[in-house]
Amino acid sequence: MGEESAQNEIPMIEVKGLTKRFKKRTAVEDLNFTVGRGKVVGFLGPNGAGKTSTMRMLSCYMPATSGTARVGGYNVYTNPDEVRRKIGYMPENNPLHVDMRVREYLKFRARLKGMRVQDSRRRVDYVTDVCGLGDVQRKLIGHLSKGYRQRVGLADALVHEPELMILDEPTIGLDPHQIRTVRKLIKELGKTYTVLVSSHILSEIEMTCDEVIIIHQGRIIEAESVEGLHAKMSSERQVIAEIAAPREELMDYLEHTGEIEHFDVQPADGEFLNCALTPRAGFDLRPQVFQIAREKGWQLRELTRTRHSLEDIFMRVTRRDEEDGF
Amino acid sequence: MRPYITLVRRELSGFYVSLTGYLIIGAIQFLLGLCFVIILQALDGKPFDMPVTEAFFNNGLFWLILLLAPPVITMRSFAHEKFSGTYETLMTTPVSDGQVVMAKFTGALIFFLSAWLPLIAYPFILREYSVDLTDLDLGALGGTMIGLLLYGGLYLSIGCFASAMTRSQIIAAMNTFVLGLGFFLASFLHHIIPVKPGWQSVVFHHISQIEHMRDFSRGMLDIRQIIFYLSLTVLFLFLTHKAVESRRWK
Repeated sequence: MGEESAQNEIPMIEVKGLTKRFKKRTAVEDLNFTVGRGKVVGFLGPNGAGKTSTMRMLSCYMPATSGTARVGGYNVYTNPDEVRRKIGYMPENNPLHVDMRVREYLKFRARLKGMRVQDSRRRVDYVTDVCGLGDVQRKLIGHLSKGYRQRVGLADALVHEPELMILDEPTIGLDPHQIRTVRKLIKELGKTYTVLVSSHILSEIEMTCDEVIIIHQGRIIEAESVEGLHAKMSSERQVIAEIAAPREELMDYLEHTGEIEHFDVQPADGEFLNCALTPRAGFDLRPQVFQIAREKGWQLRELTRTRHSLEDIFMRVTRRDEEDGF
Repeated sequence: MRPYITLVRRELSGFYVSLTGYLIIGAIQFLLGLCFVIILQALDGKPFDMPVTEAFFNNGLFWLILLLAPPVITMRSFAHEKFSGTYETLMTTPVSDGQVVMAKFTGALIFFLSAWLPLIAYPFILREYSVDLTDLDLGALGGTMIGLLLYGGLYLSIGCFASAMTRSQIIAAMNTFVLGLGFFLASFLHHIIPVKPGWQSVVFHHISQIEHMRDFSRGMLDIRQIIFYLSLTVLFLFLTHKAVESRRWK
């Protein structure tokens, strides 16, 4: 019991000062983060930010230039075999042997990862079931659709009972329906395993993850729980309202409302006016706008808060960095 | 050990389950058959004074097989995995680089030798249909197969090395062929450079593969030749291992 709790105290991933330099460029610089057990953590950043490099270092595919990374307490450089046994890694674009059948491939991978024949059979049955591959297990991987291939990749990452799953852009190149299925699967897996999943799509991370690490130009610029990030971002979110109202009356109201810091009114089609309202920090303007429209009998046909895209977050966070610098 | 066996089986299934494997076997059989026909024509009605196996080695087509088969067999081994990305999934499993190199090499060697197996049948066919060739030299046959094993080992290790250096199968095959051809052409050095007493002629004689094969096909095993092939094979496997490892320090 004591041993078990000691085991649970060791974070799943512990990265200190991790740096990777290639000949001409630095992929990541001085990364520091910790991932607790049982968490689903999103690794968010634009293409070329250093997500894949970090994941490759964690999965012992290539060593770091400096710094250390530990997975389940094992150093990735000095104990690569132990680390590899703990990790189920699915690389970007999910490379598979297209000339093998699904079941044959999964068995091959299980054996390669050191499982016994009986264990591998049991595990292959299990992952086939979990990933919904029952119908295609006798098919050639080359003949499968991209969505199914992605599931085969996930099944492969899962087959040797890893403690940590590292998934590099698991939904890239899928159609919306397949993306949904894969996301659902990741969410499902997150209940049992620690998952580190990379993506350049903010909404995807929001939907699947508990925590998010934002990486930009090889550096971590934000490491936060998804709710925390939401709270931070929502305080400045604009409200868009389309109202059919006399222009002067509306302008007068907007000018004299203290919670509105800035507004922009553009004519839309018909009698409607499109208003983009920026609130003072922390305010949600929607109830107020609805209230005034009801009181004055104005027609209201749209009332939304803009969602922050990944670009917005980058713009904001990098801008803040610059401001801090001055 | 378990991952090693799994990988060898995967390599072999890659050869025997795919069309490419049978194309290679077919091409080798075709050239061997041509060899046999040429020998039959040469022997027609004339007395026969050398082992049948040696007659094979005196034939250019035989050497063509030895030079062409290894590049085609090994070009896929690393280059294809690197190109398709499966190299990354392979190298993130708890398998050592050495195991991967040895498994690729073993798989290629087993396939290569299996493609030569029908060669064993030819002396028996000759004995069956010829008038005076009654005794079959099993020693010569055994020597030939050992010779093929050593040759195969060397050329396939060169192939593995070339394949581990690149992502392109074509480049891998070309490099293997050129390196192999270089080794083979070195056999002719002691023909081209006039024989005079001195260390050069001794060296040239010792690296002549045609001479080696003549000995093997007569059933003569020389420990020096065996060491020559084994050490070169080990050297190229070592270089392959270094090439695989190079992703760590590149």
